[in-house]
Amino acid sequence: MTDGIVIRTSGLKRTYTVGAVEVRALQGVDLTVRRGEMMAVMGASGSGKSTLMNILGGLDSPTAGTYELDDVRIDRLDRDRLAEIRNRKIGFVFQGFNLLARTSALENVELPLLYARDIREREARARAVEALGLVGLADRVDHQPNELSGGQQQRVAIARALVTRPAILLADEPTGNLDSRTTVEVMALLQQLHSSGMTILIVTHEPDVAAYAQRIIELRDGVIVRDEPMAARRSAVSAAEGGPR
Amino acid sequence: MRATTLVRLAARSIRRNVMRTLLTMLGIIIGVAAVLVMVAVGEGARSQIRHSIQNLGSNMIVITPGASQQGGVSHGAGSFNRLTVDDATALRRESTLLAAVSPVIFAPAQIVGGTGNWRAVCYGVDAGYREIRDWDVSSGRYFDAADQRGMKKVCLLGATVAKQLFPDADPVGQTVRLRDVPFHVIGVLAAKGQNAQGADQDDVVLAPYTTVRTRLAGRMFIAQILASTSSPGDLPAAQQEIAAIMREAHGLAAWEADDFQVRNQTDLAETASATTEVMTMLLAAIASISLLVGGIGIMNIMLVSVTERTREIGIRMAVGARGSDVLTQFLVESTVLCLGGGVIGVGVGVAGAWILGRTAGWATVVQPQTMLLALGFAAAVGIFFGYYPARKAAALDPIEALRYE
Ligand SMILES: Nc1ncnc2c1ncn2[C@@H]1O[C@H](COP(=O)(O)OP(=O)(O)OP(=O)(O)O)[C@@H](O)[C@H]1O
Ligand SMILES: [Mg+2]
Repeated sequence: MTDGIVIRTSGLKRTYTVGAVEVRALQGVDLTVRRGEMMAVMGASGSGKSTLMNILGGLDSPTAGTYELDDVRIDRLDRDRLAEIRNRKIGFVFQGFNLLARTSALENVELPLLYARDIREREARARAVEALGLVGLADRVDHQPNELSGGQQQRVAIARALVTRPAILLADEPTGNLDSRTTVEVMALLQQLHSSGMTILIVTHEPDVAAYAQRIIELRDGVIVRDEPMAARRSAVSAAEGGPR
Repeated sequence: MRATTLVRLAARSIRRNVMRTLLTMLGIIIGVAAVLVMVAVGEGARSQIRHSIQNLGSNMIVITPGASQQGGVSHGAGSFNRLTVDDATALRRESTLLAAVSPVIFAPAQIVGGTGNWRAVCYGVDAGYREIRDWDVSSGRYFDAADQRGMKKVCLLGATVAKQLFPDADPVGQTVRLRDVPFHVIGVLAAKGQNAQGADQDDVVLAPYTTVRTRLAGRMFIAQILASTSSPGDLPAAQQEIAAIMREAHGLAAWEADDFQVRNQTDLAETASATTEVMTMLLAAIASISLLVGGIGIMNIMLVSVTERTREIGIRMAVGARGSDVLTQFLVESTVLCLGGGVIGVGVGVAGAWILGRTAGWATVVQPQTMLLALGFAAAVGIFFGYYPARKAAALDPIEALRYE
């Protein structure tokens, strides 16, 4: 941790077995991410981006290789310890929003805090309201997912990822379903969080979106084929403030 | 997660499917109600028996012939029916604690008089029988010590006998013939109703035992000697005293077992209620089968629910729910479901017991602890049958659960 590295993987492999067929989704990923970095993960569909994010997020375990998060070997933790890591250290925004249906935005955002032992119900509520305010949905707290637009649902999902104040935010195509204007809004939010010290990894197909990050890696067939700093980084904050485009 | 949150969650997911919830609960409702009604019927029977034994008379002690059978071995071949009038006399003479003693001579007899004839049992008893059985006359008078000494041919008719022989007239002052011996009716006994075994206690004729022994010919025997103390506290000591006097009267050596039994009402009540207890448990056991079936329904619906909510489980796990959190959530849900059914079931059961008491005329008693027990059972069913589905939910893999369509 002293060297400022949050995520360190080496030789990370993930093989899915479907019947007799083996799908090698990750075939040896070596990756280090520094504290406070904002990184974009690109690659064609099926290149293993989501698989990598799931492993980094403690949702899935690698078939081979090692993964250290804050100098702790994650690949050998048991289910309960992994659940705790997901709850405390990582905020995860899913490719599909994965919100609880027929449950208000507020309660969706509150959810992670209900599983955090040290947070009382009243505080959980206050923090959920605050997180929703941060993503600009203060006036939608009582809406259920089916009463929200796609962009709003995405923002609820982001609020849920933020509510535990995690050190790392993993976002799997957070702008995949959004129009360009909402995309800029979401990216502005992420950049703002980044500038407040959060480590952020975003999966995206679009070079435009990747351009908001400091660093880009590209996956192809489960290996990293490109890893370079962003030459011309864009700022979404000013673009968002610049009014309608 | 805190308990309130868990219950709120459970309540919400139960409310989401009102119809399904009700149908699932129905099994538990019927089960709990059935158990409750069955136990109520059993308890009712027991309390009725207890009441009718109390009705025998207060502080009564019953001495019957024959050794108490222990381990199937009867003690002494000659011990059969060795009660005599002399035993009663000895007790009356030597006892310090007994207020009254009465032999009961059974003499089945044809009674002729009034409008016809009737077959009843004539009891030859002591004047103290009235006090022992706490049994008064509704008209006329009891026989007294003088009648007894003089072996007067007087008798008292039980309410049933009086009604059979003298439907319209007052029997007091009339004459009836018992085994062809004329007896003067001096009183009619107050109606006492049925005894614990359902026999009519009023189908009886009472006469002084001295008269019965000397004037009536034919088969008769002393089935019991009745005695009473002046206060219930004296009962244990009195029973010991009786045993000692009886052993001496029967000339039993120290190593010989009693050839008689001395029991008080509590003993009788216990014997009788032990029988009904077995019956109650049997009924309750049968009724619990429906509770079991209800439990299987719960398990079924919980399994369906776990499958339906796989994604929800995945989401919860993804944001940090441990297996134990998911397990508790589903266990609480099935328990709340069963407890809800249990509460309704108790309501239905209480109503059912009441209706049964009203329409069928059965005595039913619903005790608070029975209700608590039924609720406890319902909760136990919820936990037991909810455990497997909950385990299944808790064992889900987060990423696979999230991908579930
Ligand atoms: N549960 C699974 N079982 C079998 N194969 C899987 C599973 N999940 C992913 N795969 C396979 O692994 C490979 C990588 O999938 P992944 O979801 O990581 O791709 P991706 O880069 O996120 O694609 P997209 O951009 O379309 O989201 C694909 O070939 C996919 O078919
Ligand atoms: Mg993907």
